[in-house]
Parts: sequence; structure tokens; C-alpha cells
Amino acid sequence: MSEMLFDPLFQLPLLTGLLLAGLLPVLGALAMLRDEWLAALGLAHLASASALLGQVLGVPALIGATLGALGGGAIKTFLAARGNIAYAFMILAGWSATLLIGANTALGEQLARSLVEGQLYFAGIAELAAGLLLLALCIRYLPRLMRPVLRARFFPRYETANRLAAWRWHLGLDLLTAGGLAIGTLTLGLMGTFALVLVPAWIAFRLAPSWRWTLIGASLTGVVGYLLAFVAALELDQPFGPVLVGGLLGPALLTGWLGRPARIG
Amino acid sequence: MCASDPRPLLQLDALVAGYARPVVGPVSLRLARGEVLGLWGPNGTGKSTLLKAIGRSARVFSGCIELESGATLAHLDQQPVRLPAMPVTGRELLRAAGARPEEPERPGRLPDVLAPLLKRRIDRLSGGQYQLLWVWSALATGADLILLDEPTNNLDPANRAALIEILGRERDGRGVLIVSHDHDFLERVCSRLFEARDTGLVEVRTARGPES
Repeated sequence: MSEMLFDPLFQLPLLTGLLLAGLLPVLGALAMLRDEWLAALGLAHLASASALLGQVLGVPALIGATLGALGGGAIKTFLAARGNIAYAFMILAGWSATLLIGANTALGEQLARSLVEGQLYFAGIAELAAGLLLLALCIRYLPRLMRPVLRARFFPRYETANRLAAWRWHLGLDLLTAGGLAIGTLTLGLMGTFALVLVPAWIAFRLAPSWRWTLIGASLTGVVGYLLAFVAALELDQPFGPVLVGGLLGPALLTGWLGRPARIG
Repeated sequence: MCASDPRPLLQLDALVAGYARPVVGPVSLRLARGEVLGLWGPNGTGKSTLLKAIGRSARVFSGCIELESGATLAHLDQQPVRLPAMPVTGRELLRAAGARPEEPERPGRLPDVLAPLLKRRIDRLSGGQYQLLWVWSALATGADLILLDEPTNNLDPANRAALIEILGRERDGRGVLIVSHDHDFLERVCSRLFEARDTGLVEVRTARGPES
């Protein structure tokens, strides 16, 4: 196992994926708190479609995907479309565009397939640099956004009552989420990214004793799940995305089976 | 401009408010710092809409709402937000509300009934415990004007008594406006009480009186 983890061929993809596996669950926990967990799938689909469109227009996939997802996040903020319905429309638009572009271009078909299956082992320095930039932005801005996010969830009238410019932090969080989903989709694949956003946060929401431990627990679950999937996919010669999703669903099923009641009274 | 000096914390002058069409008004009242003002009356008289208008969530058709310059608001709806899973402790909820960090948990200020709840997840509290913590979280902030809509919802007699005690000692320097169907509760906590009628608000006598 350790040989594969430290094989120079896989070091860059491993580092990039590890970074995202720690970050995406935190963004997922925030999305779940806002009841926007479908964000992951909607933005991942938009990123996928815009990556393909970028390829057709001669723009690197990383830039195309990031622009598409950031555009989706920004439009959502300015239309004040809160909740999962906005992301449902993104899924439909992204899915339709991805398959149509893939069906009509040779390169697009190849990229579309790798985005769906996950193409972790081909992640390079550009993806790692994008991941590090995302990490820096999250470290800089997430602590500032955390209190407004929690306050808006539990005291939804506060901002309106005090005429606060809430759109700034809504936009900030939407853009961070969109950026994470774009980089994740290109690095880990569409469904792998969605699983990393959704499943660790879902588990942590049920088991963690506090919000702080929800963020820590979700991040750790993502990292452990990712490492296990990375090794298992290499050892068993399986596509990475499905192995990652399967590996995360196991503990989720266990958590669901334990079935701790979330509410008393 | 609809106030004359000395300015109260809140002044409504012939306010007519609603949503697509007017629901309440014209209503006029003044609320000074240190006062707890109660609003009581049958369903459909626009009590909650009045709170929403003050909290800038309902449309003002005519008249005006004047709030002391720089005053901050805390506005709590009838029901606290409850999600299927809420991995947030009572202490984290207080921080999210903006409770002043040096004060809300200071011994002697935090009500005894709430102290054990701070370390627990809020989705593992009873409805009454959560309601009480939610109301306290608004009081523990630096908000100048606190708007409470049916704060006794979900409260059993013990928690209701705790809320009465909390509101009794947390009125210094701020204004509180409470809408409730619980007339006895309003009698106990309010310095002035208004009854909402079709014709508008009518001030009624309370046992506490305006300066109690």
C-alpha cells in the first residue's frame, strides 16, 4: 500500500486529491446547513459542461470548468435562488450540454467519459495549483463566512431587519463552493466530487457533537475515504470514481443503520 | 419624519402594513428603552404582520416606522428553525446569534435552566428547551429592539415560568415588543399591553404598570 502512495507517478494526483478530499466535505457541510446539498451535483454538472465547451473553443478544461461553475454560482446569487431548485436546473442544463457536446466532438467524448468516471491519475500541476489556491481562499474567507451562514440559518430575519448586505457573503460562499466543485470535477470526476461533498457531511451531521466537530469529522471522513479508495482502485485496477463513491457509501449506510434519533420532543 | 423629541426607541405613526394588500393599521405607538410592550388579540388582526413590518419583512403602505438611529433589531418568528439534523450546540447557537461573548455565559446572567443546554446539540433538546434557548439567544445579543412572536409556543409550565423570569430581568436599556395569545404571560412580563382590534390598537391596563 505504502509503495503506491509514495510512487512518484502518483504523488501529484494523490496530493491534489487529498487536498480536495479534505476541503470538499467542509464546503458540503456548509451546503447541507443551507439546505443546498444538491449544490454539488448542480455545479459539478455545470463545470463538466463548461470544461467541454472550453475544449471546443480551445480553452483549457480547468479554466473552462472553473468559469462555468463560478458563473453558475454568481447567477444563482444574483437571482436570489436559494435552495435545491436552482441546483436541479443546473443539473439538467449541465447534463444536457455535456452529453450533446460529447456526442458531437471526438475530444469532447473522451473528456466527457473521463469526467463521469473520474480521472484522478491524470491530475497534474495545474490541478494541484488550483487546489492550493482554493485552500488559501477557504482559509482566508471561511472563518469570516461561518458566523453569517449559521446566523442566517437559525435567525433568518436578522439580516433583513438590520438592512445588512447579505448578498456579499452569499456570493462569497457560492463562489467558493463553485470553485471547489469545478476543480473537484476535473480532478476526481463528477460523481466522486458529488460524493465527497455530500456523504462525509451527511455522516458528520448525524454523529458530530458540535458544529466544529462536524467540520472536522466531515473533512477527516473525506480524507480517509479518499485514501482507501485511491489504494483500492490501484490495487484492484478499478475506475477511481466508482470505488470512491462505493467506499463512502459504506460508512454512510452504517451511520443510517445505527439510526441515532436526531430530535427529541 | 414622524417623531417629536424626546425620541423613543421605536415610534409607529399611522402605520398601515401588509403584503400584497394592507393587513394591519393604521397603528400608532411609542416604545421607549426599558419597556416591554405586549400585543394581544384574536387571530387575523395583523399582530405578526406588524412585527414583520417593524422588522422590514412586510410592506409599509402608509404611515411610518421610526427607529432610533443606529438601533439594531432581533426578530424571532413564531417557530424556531428546526432541521432534520442540526449539529450545533447551544453555545454555538448563542455565538451565531451574536451574543456578546463576555456576557451571555457569565455566572449570574445565564439563566440556570439554560446552563446545561449549552454543550448539547440543539436537535437533541426538547421543543421547549430549544424555544427557550432561542429566545435567550436574542436577548443575549446587543440588539436594542427585540421582536418576539408567540414566544411561549412549545413551552411547558416550567419553561414558561423560566421565560417570564428571563424577560423580567433582561429589559435594561432595550425595548421588547411581544406578540402573544397568552394573555396571562403578557400581563406578567409587559410594562404596557395593547389589544389588537379591527379598529386598531387599544392600550389596556396591566398589573405591572408602565414603570414596574
